[in-house]
Amino acid sequence: MTKEVLRVEHLNKFYGDWQALHDISFTLHQGEVLTLLGPSGSGKSTLIRCLNGLEDFKSGAIYFKGQKVETNSKNWQELRQKIGMVFQSYDLFPNFTVLENILLAPVKVQKRPEEEVKTEALRLLKRVGLEKYVNSYPRELSGGQKQRIAIVRALAMHPEIMLFDEVTASLDPEMVRGVLQIVTDLSQVDHMTMIIVTHEMNFARQIADQVLFLENGKILENTPGEEFFKHPKTNRARGFLTSMDF
Amino acid sequence: MSWQIITQSLPIFLKAFELTLWLSAVGIICSIIVGILCSLVQYFKVPVLHQIITAYVELARNTPLLIQLFFLYYAFPVIGLKMSAQVCGIIGLVFLGGAYMAEGFTGGFAGVNSSQIDDGKALGMNNLQLARYVVFPQGFALSMPALTANVIFLIKETSIFSVIAIPELTNTALDLIGMYYRSNEYLLVLVIAYAIILIPVILLLNYLERKVRYGTFGD
Amino acid sequence: MAHSAINVFFAGNNFSRILQGLWTSVWIAGASLIIGLILGTLLGILRTLPNKIIRFILRLYLEFFRIVPTIVLLFLFYYILPRTFHINWPASWMAVLAFSLWVAAEFGDIVRGALESVPLVQKESGLALGLSRVQLLRYVLLPQAVQLELPATINLATRVIKTTSLLMMISIMDVVAIGQQIIEANNQKYPTAVFWIYGLIFFLYFIIDYPLSKWSKQLAAKQNR
Repeated sequence: MTKEVLRVEHLNKFYGDWQALHDISFTLHQGEVLTLLGPSGSGKSTLIRCLNGLEDFKSGAIYFKGQKVETNSKNWQELRQKIGMVFQSYDLFPNFTVLENILLAPVKVQKRPEEEVKTEALRLLKRVGLEKYVNSYPRELSGGQKQRIAIVRALAMHPEIMLFDEVTASLDPEMVRGVLQIVTDLSQVDHMTMIIVTHEMNFARQIADQVLFLENGKILENTPGEEFFKHPKTNRARGFLTSMDF
Repeated sequence: MSWQIITQSLPIFLKAFELTLWLSAVGIICSIIVGILCSLVQYFKVPVLHQIITAYVELARNTPLLIQLFFLYYAFPVIGLKMSAQVCGIIGLVFLGGAYMAEGFTGGFAGVNSSQIDDGKALGMNNLQLARYVVFPQGFALSMPALTANVIFLIKETSIFSVIAIPELTNTALDLIGMYYRSNEYLLVLVIAYAIILIPVILLLNYLERKVRYGTFGD
Repeated sequence: MAHSAINVFFAGNNFSRILQGLWTSVWIAGASLIIGLILGTLLGILRTLPNKIIRFILRLYLEFFRIVPTIVLLFLFYYILPRTFHINWPASWMAVLAFSLWVAAEFGDIVRGALESVPLVQKESGLALGLSRVQLLRYVLLPQAVQLELPATINLATRVIKTTSLLMMISIMDVVAIGQQIIEANNQKYPTAVFWIYGLIFFLYFIIDYPLSKWSKQLAAKQNR
């Protein structure tokens, strides 16, 4: 049995009177890839945003490496240094160069020596094939390049989990593959623990160790990846897979 | 229209021109400082101060500078606070300008994309780091158009100093008209004087605005 | 002491005179806004036409009003019209004329901006329905532009209202001028009258302008959402 990294218990989230998440519970172990699937509006993004405190929740608990997460902003801020996140909007900070974007958090937040981080940043940039853009500004890059750099920026923090929220949803189709390849590499080469919200079914099938299928804020299925795609248990999931038509 | 009248008045206008420039410069610089301080209080929602500054900004923005100046110059001495006309002018202009600048910067900070703030948070930044590296640099760039408009507005508002007898451009022109009854000539010089100040300022600020926008928001 | 000074508001016919002065300021602001908005709409439409000469002239017109402070504008009309053109209108008409042309310039720019920001697809689908250019303007562009320009228009109105405080400079008996008269007349009896009268005028401007600017801000916030 590998080590447990993240456990969520009975999480409920409301927007005003409307319940966005109903009694969500799951566990994630070291090196596992959890994929959140479901129709739009099912609460996938809300859930993943709860996991690093960008959204608060009404009741329930999150355990990070066995320790219950105190949901105050100070604590979340500490914890986010160990939880990397990449968003759909591939937003780099437009006022900084690529390198400055990557160095910012490790140097200013984690107070690591700049030279060390720089060496690492260059190595990571090389790995995603963008080392020649080190001194470019975000506006000079394509969406796919920005998204790859956003991943590098998160990795430079040495996170123990990576959260990916629809990272390819706003990209041109020809950019998608490159970004997904990096995520796949992270799983296969680095054995990174990851939670992924995606609409790319082939990618999900290939990478998911475990699938949470959500609808209307509820978990309808929590199944091993292979199993979910071969033999979905619920009609809803079957319908969803058919509609995605991959 | 007499050319001679105009040339004779130029030395007097030159003095007034310098005074308008000087008052504008001091007023604008102080307004920017006051505006930045107020917008910081608003951004961090400092208790008590936050409410006070909200009230100040609304009061200053929704009342005419002329009444503010009358208050400072005529009403304050009654309660024992006597200041020279120029001091009143600067205080009045900064009272007004600080509120406009605060509003501009606050709007700029609020305009920073929420996804940028999510990014910063996801990288583990605390509120101060978020403000320093993400919200302020981008927010100041976003508030450049407001800053430009405010600078031009404040320069023009110095014309109202004429009501408390500060010998700036407008006051000087009115005095000359009163003395020599040559309105066309003096008004022409007056308009040209404002054009000489404002046209370069407008061009420079527009250039800076474009540059800032290009520098940070290319996409 | 303070209690007695407040009596200055009600001594003689002071209060009704202040209200009279306020009315002068209000009608000048109102008339200027109505005329200025109509004229400005025309200027705004003209500025979206492809004719370069018209656009250039109207741009110059706008820049003139951007550069000249309003107080100077008032004096330009006040001195030049009677002395050079022998037009002897009452000062309040001159003020309305000056303010109207100023409002027209600024509002023209607002209208132009709003018309240009109506999405192209709206124009194209209007034309595809066989609307003439005038019909397109009347039924598609202007109604959408009005919505877009409303916050800026309200803001312009608050500025016009504040600017009416300058009317006394061209010897119009506006609320400020009457306030000054009352202060001078009561200087002996109520030395603190100056505080109260200017305080009242300050407050009067505030209660007119504050709700307007609040409204404009709310509308703008709604549009940005």
